[in-house]
Amino acid sequence: MRVVLNQRLSSKFAKPLAFVLALLPFVWLVTAAALDWLGANPAEALERSTGDWTLRMLCVVLAITPVRTMAGLPALARFRRMAGLFVYFYAVLHLLAYSWFDMGFDLADIAKDIVKRPFILVGFTAIVLLTPLALTSFNRAIRALGGRRWQLLHRLVYVVAVLAVVHFFWMRAGKNNFAEVAVYAAILGSLLGWRVATAVRKKASQPSSLMRSQL
Amino acid sequence: MLIKTQGNGFNHPVASEITDRAHYEGRRDILKLMATGAAGGVMASWASRQALAQTAGLVQRPGKLPALNAKPSMVAGATTMEKPTAYKDASSYNNFYEFGTDKADPAANAHTLKTSPWTVGIEGLVKKPGKLGLEDLLKLSAMEERLYRLRCVEGWSMVIPWVGYSLADLIRHVEPLGNAKYVEFVTLADPKTMPFVGSRVLDWPYVEALRLDEAMHPLTLLAFGMYGEILPNQNGAPVRLVVPWKYGFKSGKSIVKIRFTDKQPATAWNKAAANEYGFYSNVNPNVDHPRWSQATERRIGEDGLFAKKRKTLMFNGYEAQVGQLYAGMDLKKLF
Repeated sequence: MRVVLNQRLSSKFAKPLAFVLALLPFVWLVTAAALDWLGANPAEALERSTGDWTLRMLCVVLAITPVRTMAGLPALARFRRMAGLFVYFYAVLHLLAYSWFDMGFDLADIAKDIVKRPFILVGFTAIVLLTPLALTSFNRAIRALGGRRWQLLHRLVYVVAVLAVVHFFWMRAGKNNFAEVAVYAAILGSLLGWRVATAVRKKASQPSSLMRSQL
Repeated sequence: MLIKTQGNGFNHPVASEITDRAHYEGRRDILKLMATGAAGGVMASWASRQALAQTAGLVQRPGKLPALNAKPSMVAGATTMEKPTAYKDASSYNNFYEFGTDKADPAANAHTLKTSPWTVGIEGLVKKPGKLGLEDLLKLSAMEERLYRLRCVEGWSMVIPWVGYSLADLIRHVEPLGNAKYVEFVTLADPKTMPFVGSRVLDWPYVEALRLDEAMHPLTLLAFGMYGEILPNQNGAPVRLVVPWKYGFKSGKSIVKIRFTDKQPATAWNKAAANEYGFYSNVNPNVDHPRWSQATERRIGEDGLFAKKRKTLMFNGYEAQVGQLYAGMDLKKLF
């Protein structure tokens, strides 16, 4: 089973297929907007759904390593960069929808809004932090930075995950409506928790082996 | 297929389609008025409003619910010249948390609401407390059609042709006592028919309130219908309040009690977040919500996706009519 899955994931069709799948929400939103299927307030619908898809992509990208390790699917690693770039893609659409539909691309108004509204500031910070990750996603950048520094930089995605949940929480706080926020917080929380647990276990096993060698 | 057989029996007309006897007999008065020539002024304004109503589609019925006939309102400021929002939008994009917090939830869930029989309790500091059935309320005063702007605290707006009469007519009928200062509106909270009553979003029942002078203002409408028909459930059937110069949440839906008090009642959103929602909650572009600006709004169905939002008007454009209610008050403090 695991062998077959790894084979399937390594096939040359797997990546294009994943690309098309990840693009489907975007295709759907454009179609729905063009055909007036988004209800009474299409601007709000586009702003919210691009935000939702950013969060979902964030869950996907952060799930890759834990699933790869626990399920023994090394082939999954090939999808990490693409998933990460889709997080950025939907985040940029989200920012564009807000800047365009809500603020009419008035830069002065946007700047005022970012300072004025904490939840906008949090969301904006998240996309600013994502930008260097997107810019250093190609192989030459990894080589130029060196693996260690590149990895350190890309750990910013954990901060982004926390900021994204805070942003969503704050936005929903007005209606005390936290059911969906709790779902994303639980998913992202357990994915980050897995990393912490793994790191702690690694650290714990190192000193003990050191002690054993001293004995 | 629409094949009628004898089995269908006699098709009764809907009660609301039968011309009211008073109206029918009233035609003689109109004829008399015309004959004496005194009707000139009255007829001119009537005719112009009819013309407006026809061109603007003010009286065009969507044909979904029983008709609720009304005459155009003569109250100052009660008929904006703006284009009414599409019925589809006004009846599918709603905040009615008893049926869910998503805008589409009320239209999807409110079919369970039982609007008949319906009574409204009159309580507190009044000479004539008691219960008024919906039938009595419908007959209490002449139905008027009014085209009001509706500004939601969330930053969107609509233009809605309501049917109802000034709440003042009801208040005068029940005769508040001299010490009555506030009017509290208690809305239905029935966990059996309203799936989200019991959720922790707000304290149930949803309670709203006005100062007595606000409640007596002729623009404060007790509404029974919209777009020439009875209210859809998701819009607050069978009877609701419409206070056009305040944010929409001040206008309680599906009202079951009207209580007259001497102390300022605790209202639902004010209890939930006092720093965000004041007792007055007058539409005011100069006082921002702590989490967003109130300077602009998006008109549903009209402002395109890429249009800049329009400016929000002081008291939602009703300043000439209601401004004097708040003379001398610091509206930044008493928001």
